[in-house]
Amino acid sequence: MSFNGVMRPGHCSIRVMELEPALTHYVERMGLIKTGEDDQGRVYLKAWDEHDCFSIVLREADAPGMDYMGFKVHSTADLDRFEADLRAYGCEVERIAAGELKGCGHRIRFEIPSGHQIELYAEKDYLGNGLGRRNPEAWPEGLKGMQVNRYDHCLLYGPNIPDNADLFMTVLGFDLTERIVTPDDVMIVAFLSCSNKAHDIAFVDHPEPNKFHHASFLLNSWEEILRASDIMGMHQIPIDIGPTRHGITRGQTVYFFDPSGNRNEVFCGDYTWYPDREPITWDAEEIGKAIFYHDRKLNENFLSVVT
Amino acid sequence: MPFKITIAETDERFPCREDQNVLAAMERLGREGIPVGCRGGGCGICRVQVVGEAKFRTLKMSRAQVTESDLARGICLACKLIPESDLTVKPLGELRQIMGSSLHMSHSRT
Repeated sequence: MSFNGVMRPGHCSIRVMELEPALTHYVERMGLIKTGEDDQGRVYLKAWDEHDCFSIVLREADAPGMDYMGFKVHSTADLDRFEADLRAYGCEVERIAAGELKGCGHRIRFEIPSGHQIELYAEKDYLGNGLGRRNPEAWPEGLKGMQVNRYDHCLLYGPNIPDNADLFMTVLGFDLTERIVTPDDVMIVAFLSCSNKAHDIAFVDHPEPNKFHHASFLLNSWEEILRASDIMGMHQIPIDIGPTRHGITRGQTVYFFDPSGNRNEVFCGDYTWYPDREPITWDAEEIGKAIFYHDRKLNENFLSVVT
Repeated sequence: MPFKITIAETDERFPCREDQNVLAAMERLGREGIPVGCRGGGCGICRVQVVGEAKFRTLKMSRAQVTESDLARGICLACKLIPESDLTVKPLGELRQIMGSSLHMSHSRT
């Protein structure tokens, strides 16, 4: 397969109420690496196996949640094409100058029907994964905590999920990989991929717009998920649910919270997606199994705890 | 000496140390009465009102969940509520009551 257009989730700006405990959480416990800060006080982080200079931006604010999620596109020509296509589709598109986020080229930002701010950009400074590009070792020494590999995806809550899915599929070239439908065939959950992954972004129907359910980070194995959960036990990090398995994506998972109440996930083991596949459909009455495969029931917090 | 926390209406009582938040004290003893969410002052699920004469302090909470005027009326999040005297708290749980998405409805029916 060849990558064109939108390649991957590239960054996510997360609001935290206090920077210091947030840095302990994301750096010491999860193992992200601090790569910079700017004159607005924002802190830039990356996971070890990411090559661009940041993926997570922490911004101190009086309420937690997500400011925006950004996707990296393959080329500036793609970026220009998406800007025109988004405007033609009816989106208002804002241009943000290169350097507004330190090390990131110019971005375009637009609001999707669920109320979230989504960005696209084509260029970000290269930093590497610490192993070099010639005869590299297998992994770097000195990683901290859970040693997450990469920022992988977000799950976002808001209204108008079918409209969100249409925009991502029609304009941005995503595939719908899985969905949950009501008995009258209304899509209330959408999992979307721009790559070989089972999801790069997912949406759940919710009355309030622009809500943040979680940002997810990749680990290598079930063993590493257990070890990450041990670290949560060791440092009194509140666990939401898990370790367990999702029916949707088949991912192995544990959900937990940062010190401002934003939910994080570490996960592994989802399947490989190819664009010639048809999406998987779950009936709403099977939603328990779709979300938490072992218990086969939703906990109330999955539906109502968001920032 | 731990302070005594009383949940209004259910009359559930549990002790809470002066270096502990009310929600954590409830959870550690397996008690119930206040809904538990993110435990970080962000989601608003554990919103309570401190009623009657009481002394307490609060740690940083989401302004989207607790405004200055809420706080002046004793409304806060139990996960960020530290007692400085015995307290009676009334769970508000407003967020749960406004949950009305089609997903939630279909889940509730099963």
